[in-house]
Amino acid sequence: MKEKVIVKDLHKYFDKLEVLTGIDTVIYEGEVVCVIGPSGSGKSTFLRCLNKLEDVTSGTIIIDDFNITDDKVDINKVRENIGMVFQQFNLFPNMTVKKNIMMAPVTLKKMTKEEASAKADELLKRVGLLEKAESYPGELSGGQQQRVAIARALAMNPDIMLFDEPTSALDPEMVGEVLEVMKDLASQGMTMVVVTHEMGFAREVSDRVLFMDGGVICEEGTPEEVFGNPQQERTQDFLRKVL
Amino acid sequence: MDFGRVISEATPLLLQGLRYTIIVSLLGIIIGIVIGLFVCLMKMSNNKILRAIAGVYIWIIRGTPMLVQSYVVFFGFPQVIQMFIPGFRLDAFTAGVITLSLNAGAYLSEIFRSGIQAVPKGQTEAARSLGLSSTKTMMKVVLPQAFKITIPSLVNQFIISVKDTSILSAIGLAELTNMTKQYVGKSYEFFASYVYLAAYYLVFVSLLMLLSNYIEKRLKYERKSNS
Repeated sequence: MKEKVIVKDLHKYFDKLEVLTGIDTVIYEGEVVCVIGPSGSGKSTFLRCLNKLEDVTSGTIIIDDFNITDDKVDINKVRENIGMVFQQFNLFPNMTVKKNIMMAPVTLKKMTKEEASAKADELLKRVGLLEKAESYPGELSGGQQQRVAIARALAMNPDIMLFDEPTSALDPEMVGEVLEVMKDLASQGMTMVVVTHEMGFAREVSDRVLFMDGGVICEEGTPEEVFGNPQQERTQDFLRKVL
Repeated sequence: MDFGRVISEATPLLLQGLRYTIIVSLLGIIIGIVIGLFVCLMKMSNNKILRAIAGVYIWIIRGTPMLVQSYVVFFGFPQVIQMFIPGFRLDAFTAGVITLSLNAGAYLSEIFRSGIQAVPKGQTEAARSLGLSSTKTMMKVVLPQAFKITIPSLVNQFIISVKDTSILSAIGLAELTNMTKQYVGKSYEFFASYVYLAAYYLVFVSLLMLLSNYIEKRLKYERKSNS
């Protein structure tokens, strides 16, 4: 399998506080990796370093042979291939659902307006929201907004998708619809890194689970290994609390 | 107190004055917006010197009355410039536009800054994660939303600027208030003339308010019909 993301000795400080204390991992093409761990363990920060929404203090991150920690690499180009979905959706409230999806490909001249419009329709159909194309985000439920956010990220035809606790801000009855879309994406071979508290999803969908605590990856393995037979005391502790 | 007399005699004079009031207001606001945007970007930049220059400018304008500012520009600036360009003169119109622009620019820059800072950080992050540069993010995502947030404060500043043009009568600009004063000097119709003058400002400002209500309604983030 081809290596998609290579992380070497990643450190991240917020002022004096060291949030990531040396992360090494490789994510392969088509792999679905779930990152779990207690809050404050650095999961989200790790994810946000992968598309450089957070500046890296030291270490290297190589994505598709581009070393994004090197300032000479045009991060905007790399980001075009990395979709991101946020906990708070972050849809653009002043644009319709369809405009939200079309904005980036048209602005970055990846597609003409017509192509982007067709792409938006296709994606909206895929997430089951074609009839909401002309609505504004404020008129949608949280679950619907998050599905639109996924569609918006997919509009750039990324080959990696990052999910930062995509269901944490949702009412419980809406979690399922978002996870369904993510499962569908996983089944189509998308490389995905998902920070989540949904242990059921992590167990069922992921190829590999990373358990983070204290700014490092404490334990990693297949869902069977991590959930079924955790080796580290901290992992056992955490799983006992959440399961 | 002969309103009929004032209306028939003063109207032509006031309409002349109104022309100047409108032109100076518009120029002052437009140039003020340009200054405001630049100063706002300076204030938000990472460069300490630019931030300091912007800070001092805003501090001086906010901390001094516009009447004094207009004296400095109209009487003071030419004296300094004459040291380099002998015989330099500044007419009341130019001085008025400069004063009003500088004044509005300082307040507008703070309005823009608060608007930009009121757009949630997640909006910027979403745009950047899609591959937009910081400039494109500003233009496509942040500024349109900031603009909407700032409309009420913007209109408020426009109204203040329109009314502040009356201060420029003190440097001899032939705007509404100045024209009325001249008429009162001849006719001694104090009450009727100044009430009539007030009505001109009231109508002008009311039109601005109507315009702003219209724009605000147009920019609502909901479907305009059949929702």
